[in-house]
Amino acid sequence: MGELRFNENLCLNCTTFDCLKKCKFVKLNGAKGNLEMLKIARGEDSTVLRTCITCYACEEYCEKGNHPFYLISEKREEKGIDIVPRPILKQWINLGEPVGRYKVGELREKTLSFGFVPEFLQWVKGKLFEDVMPSYVFGQEFFCNVAYLHFGRTSVIKQRLPIVMDNFSKLGIKEVICLHDECYGAFTSLAPAFGIEVPFKPIHYYEYILKRLEQLKDKIRPLNIKVAYQRPCSSRLSPPMHYLAREIFTSIGVELVDRVYQDENALCCGEVVRLQGLYDLAEELQRENIEDIVKSGAEYCVFNCPYCYAALGHKLIKKGVKPIHIIELCRMALGEEV
Amino acid sequence: MKESIKSALIEIAGEEYVSTFEEELYFYGRDPGLSFPSNPHYVVLPENTEEIQQIVRLANKEGIPIVPLGAGLSLTGLAIPRRGGIVIDMKRMDRILEVNEKARFVIVEGGTSQGKLQAYLEKHYPRLRHSIPDAPPTATIAANVVIHGQGRLSQQYGFNSDLVAGMEVVLPSGEICKVGSCAVSPYWFSKGPPLPDISGLFLGWFGTTGIITKLAIKLYPRKKMRDLEIFVTDNENLISDIIYEVTHTEMVEDITIFAQPWPLFFKDNSHICIYFTGDTEEELEFKRRVIWKALEKFIESKEGGFMWVQPSMKPTFLDMPQRSVARFADVKRGGGFEYSGPILLVEKYPECMRKLRELSTKYNLAYSAMARIIDTAHCMMFAFAFAFNRADEDMVERARRAMAEVSKFIIEVGGVFWKPTVEEQKLTIEHIDSGTLKLLKMIKNHLDPNNIMNPSNWELR
Ligand SMILES: Cc1cc2nc3c(=O)[nH]c(=O)nc-3n(C[C@H](O)[C@H](O)[C@H](O)COP(=O)(O)OP(=O)(O)OC[C@H]3O[C@@H](n4cnc5c(N)ncnc54)[C@H](O)[C@@H]3O)c2cc1C
Ligand code: SF4
Ligand code: SF4
Repeated sequence: MGELRFNENLCLNCTTFDCLKKCKFVKLNGAKGNLEMLKIARGEDSTVLRTCITCYACEEYCEKGNHPFYLISEKREEKGIDIVPRPILKQWINLGEPVGRYKVGELREKTLSFGFVPEFLQWVKGKLFEDVMPSYVFGQEFFCNVAYLHFGRTSVIKQRLPIVMDNFSKLGIKEVICLHDECYGAFTSLAPAFGIEVPFKPIHYYEYILKRLEQLKDKIRPLNIKVAYQRPCSSRLSPPMHYLAREIFTSIGVELVDRVYQDENALCCGEVVRLQGLYDLAEELQRENIEDIVKSGAEYCVFNCPYCYAALGHKLIKKGVKPIHIIELCRMALGEEV
Repeated sequence: MKESIKSALIEIAGEEYVSTFEEELYFYGRDPGLSFPSNPHYVVLPENTEEIQQIVRLANKEGIPIVPLGAGLSLTGLAIPRRGGIVIDMKRMDRILEVNEKARFVIVEGGTSQGKLQAYLEKHYPRLRHSIPDAPPTATIAANVVIHGQGRLSQQYGFNSDLVAGMEVVLPSGEICKVGSCAVSPYWFSKGPPLPDISGLFLGWFGTTGIITKLAIKLYPRKKMRDLEIFVTDNENLISDIIYEVTHTEMVEDITIFAQPWPLFFKDNSHICIYFTGDTEEELEFKRRVIWKALEKFIESKEGGFMWVQPSMKPTFLDMPQRSVARFADVKRGGGFEYSGPILLVEKYPECMRKLRELSTKYNLAYSAMARIIDTAHCMMFAFAFAFNRADEDMVERARRAMAEVSKFIIEVGGVFWKPTVEEQKLTIEHIDSGTLKLLKMIKNHLDPNNIMNPSNWELR
């Protein structure tokens, strides 16, 4: 996998400096942020390399299509700046190591990718997936590895992602429906940013679900509930897909409530911050996020990412808000028991 | 087998509760560990103390060995009747006799299982708990204190045997002796103080000095909530510093450590499981924060960090007993599992880990290290555990040889064997202070002059 295509000139000519200006964590206003980004691009040290909590958001903030967060991750590793304790890093790198325990269903050219998220083995069933299941893959062999951005280790991604893509190709898969934003982001944002070709067509599962709901519209029973939505970090790698969530909600009769930490202003679920050892910040993020959800009056909080779900779900239950994954929500609207 | 002895046993316990069937003796002659099997001649399941007294008197008269048996899960052959004789299976004596809620103690019979007491307290005394070991729930409370077991409360209060609050013991002569406050008072609140503490005549002796027929153990507050954090480090040299800081908080219930190469997620790290309890969310979160803060310096230096224990993983860790230990016991199929769990200083952790890895490579065995911190880190139990397939003779032999090397190593690092095999008991006797040995001999010879009690264990003659 090649070099990151980061265009320093775009930053030189940048007038908005959105990347770090909008960042909730490094807090660098205006030209100061621009200066730091340029320093990073030139291989100089920058406080950002130590203070960025890996929320992915600047990938979306930069409207010029530059890749500030990928750059930060690359430079961190180059400079040996560790953001998570070494044993945690080892643990996670080991976790993603292929061990031959993958699962594949009855594969067709169009396949669902569960990545390495075991929850999907339970959630993905019913009418919603009838026209593609049981064509699915699951396991480390199909895990995009983008999560290692959280650990400042692009080298792991660069080493493993091509093998993962090759694994799909070897199985004759032509279209991959990604059930996790991270996988979709890997194939549509990260791979191109590093100049690597993707040998199949990635499809975001929101696109797939919307199409299916249209086909199944006679079977939909509008849920008539109010929901809040937790946007995950990796959705910053494919912002247009994020906005499909609203269309999904509309088609199943769900009202998305307004809350502060919505859309571009979404707040990290906090768990990665905890892994970095920043206990107080993690607590604060989770408290603020949960308070915001509770205040919004939503009955449910809908999750896109199973890890945000694991991080916040049990805490929301204690506050009287029901956590649910968007797949389960759609299946509920189709009259299925979840 | 002598018909006359069988008839005498039937006379004492009833026909249903005496067996000399080969297929039953077969099971009573072995445990899940590495010890060589040896069948008893008779098995008897007494119902009460009087029956035990009669059995002991019979054995004394006939000069045949007796071996008290709980669940036979101590793994190191301690209840294998090496010289045949009578196995006294304590299972029928499983009544819970009294709970004193305010004084927090319970009196149980000598064959009561951990599981039974746990279920009983959960149902009738939800604010009380005992120190549950991670052995399967059939393991008995009396046998566990006899071998100085450790449980979920050992970090806070010491060995499970430290939590004994009184005993009724049938001596090798068949006489009954009461130990502790119950010797002079109707209340079983102390195993010794303020009297001369004679509990040491029975605890740690593996049934070679008497059979516990009744036992009081201390109970402790059971909080409504229980949670854990797992601190991981790949720097084994820091373990004792980390434990020192965590125990300093005085906020922690149990602390266990595990390290194993498989699944890969666990490879190269030691995992310190820090349990804490609370009656309210606030209490729990306060303790969590104090624990985090106590270890912040290790996080800042990037030497260690708290792993994410997802809610779906928590039941596995919070289970009491923790079933994952039993699962490891069967990783090689064939259910072979033994560990040597010496008691030693926490600072010996790195040396123990090095030895365990070395032996695992040398003998090509699956290993797992498990440690439990005892009594605010005065010491720890470090388990050198190997799983093996009992049907694979070569693997069993390799495990035996590895264990023999572990035993030597334990002495070298200043450890003391916990529930030692007969060979380890011999090693202990070789290394023990001569004055201590003399006293032990005096005690044993005086209490059991005919050497009928679980012979070949603590063989001091
Ligand atoms: C998976 C697994 C996990 C374990 N985890 C733990 C743990 O966390 N902590 C721990 O402490 N242990 C642990 N153990 C070891 C052991 O199982 C326990 O200590 C258990 O409590 C032993 O009880 P038992 O009834 O099986 O004893 P047994 O093996 O039946 O007996 C042990 C000894 O006590 C003697 N004895 C039995 N009853 C009496 C009596 N009434 N009076 C006098 N002597 C008697 C026996 O003769 C024998 O010498 C574990 C074992 C396994 C298999
Ligand atoms: S990364 Fe984008 S937003 Fe940031 S300075 Fe460069 S061009 Fe501007
Ligand atoms: S990834 Fe998030 S925390 Fe890091 S610089 Fe970008 S916006 Fe800030």
